[in-house]
Amino acid sequence: MIEIVRHLVIIFGLLFVLTTVSAGLIWLERRLLALWQDRYGPNRVGPFGLLQVAADMIKIFAKEDWIPPFADKPVFVIAPTIIMVATFLSFAVIPFTPGIEVVSLDIGLLFFLAMSSLGVYSVVLAGWSSDNKYSLLGGIRAAAQMLSYEVFMGLSLMGTVMLAGSFNIRDIVEAQRGLWFCIPQFFGMVVFFIAGVAETHRLPFDLPESENELVAGFHTEYSGIKFGMFFVGEYLGITLISALITALFFGGWLGPLLPPVVWFALKTFFFICLFILLRATYPRPRYDQLMAFGWKVMLPVALLNLVVTGGILLAKGA
Amino acid sequence: MLSMLRAAWLVFLHMFRKRETVQYPEERRPLPARWRGRIILSRDPDGGERCVACYLCAAACPVDCISLQATQDESGRRYPEFFRINFSRCIFCGFCEEACPTYAIQLTPDYEMSEYMRHALVYEKEDLLISGQGKYHGYNFYRVAGMAIGGKDKGEAENEEPPVDVRSLTL
Repeated sequence: MIEIVRHLVIIFGLLFVLTTVSAGLIWLERRLLALWQDRYGPNRVGPFGLLQVAADMIKIFAKEDWIPPFADKPVFVIAPTIIMVATFLSFAVIPFTPGIEVVSLDIGLLFFLAMSSLGVYSVVLAGWSSDNKYSLLGGIRAAAQMLSYEVFMGLSLMGTVMLAGSFNIRDIVEAQRGLWFCIPQFFGMVVFFIAGVAETHRLPFDLPESENELVAGFHTEYSGIKFGMFFVGEYLGITLISALITALFFGGWLGPLLPPVVWFALKTFFFICLFILLRATYPRPRYDQLMAFGWKVMLPVALLNLVVTGGILLAKGA
Repeated sequence: MLSMLRAAWLVFLHMFRKRETVQYPEERRPLPARWRGRIILSRDPDGGERCVACYLCAAACPVDCISLQATQDESGRRYPEFFRINFSRCIFCGFCEEACPTYAIQLTPDYEMSEYMRHALVYEKEDLLISGQGKYHGYNFYRVAGMAIGGKDKGEAENEEPPVDVRSLTL
């Protein structure tokens, strides 16, 4: 009984914290972008403009929830929920601290990869059901981009799996007690980070929604709370990838002095800021450049990393 | 690759730069000396309306936002019966001020004219007329013009000689 209650508290606590955090990221991103562009960003509503989130939420809930008459209605409605559900499900396997974890899956990492693949459906279906050429183009781009980046996203993680000898993320974190995997798996980390940026379709890899050519890509036709779900889904994705990088390459909750949950939050926060810094810095590559970069640079690097790691492990006789 | 990392670092360093934003209601930038803002109608030093309703401003206005109707009082002084400026059309070009022969219409440095209702931007004469002389002090059109009005006959204006009586000329 106590066990069930504990699980329920963790699940709903996580849902609440993650939704709040990803909504808060709207404010954080605007403030940080402004900071890096010599502006102030939203600083009027509440202390430091923090209540901007509340204002945005009120606005987005009160907006007309318009479904275009030419859209494929059921698919149009379901599409934004998929990204939220898939991302939330991925969080289930992430160990935030030794105590805070929804499930300790032995195939945790595979589960995450599967869920992030499912997230693609959201974007593709949204683009397809909108029955709008820009949305469709966005959807097509999303499909191609995510599928090709997923290939080496999975490959880049296999090095850590080999080092830790487990797909369970908790075991991977525990295996980093001596040395964080960001050092032996440096290239794996870099590849995973880049793939993660592409997976959440964040700038510089936001081709599915590139504003200056596709209006807003796959969510052109979306408004109100459905648009809000795509929006929050994107921030959830950032949080997820940051949390995963923290867990897989930067020792998760491990760290001196501070309690584990603080360490995990601090590291995740750092990577979220890094995501935003990327957006502040880089322009968007052309579509063929994006694909060429994925297949000609990232995939070989990921494979090489895999082979070298495997070779060293074999030579050591582990 | 290195240049990309450098770019990110340089963007990061912008965090410590001075902000470009001016926090408007609390903080204001100095206005240029010849700022053209809200239009007013001024009065002469005696407190009378300067506007003689000559329609030149309305004619000069490129967006036709000025509308007025001329009339006369019993002393023969011309003045506008109504004078209306639609500020939702006005482009603040200042042509009306240039066209005005009596310094009546003037542009001021005020630019905070936001309204919640569109029709609140249509200013009537009582909204436009101020109690002072605006930018040009001491100028009184009827005191320097040769026109005869009640209380001032021809030849009684400043620096004006009395008109020549043609019948007095003897040769």
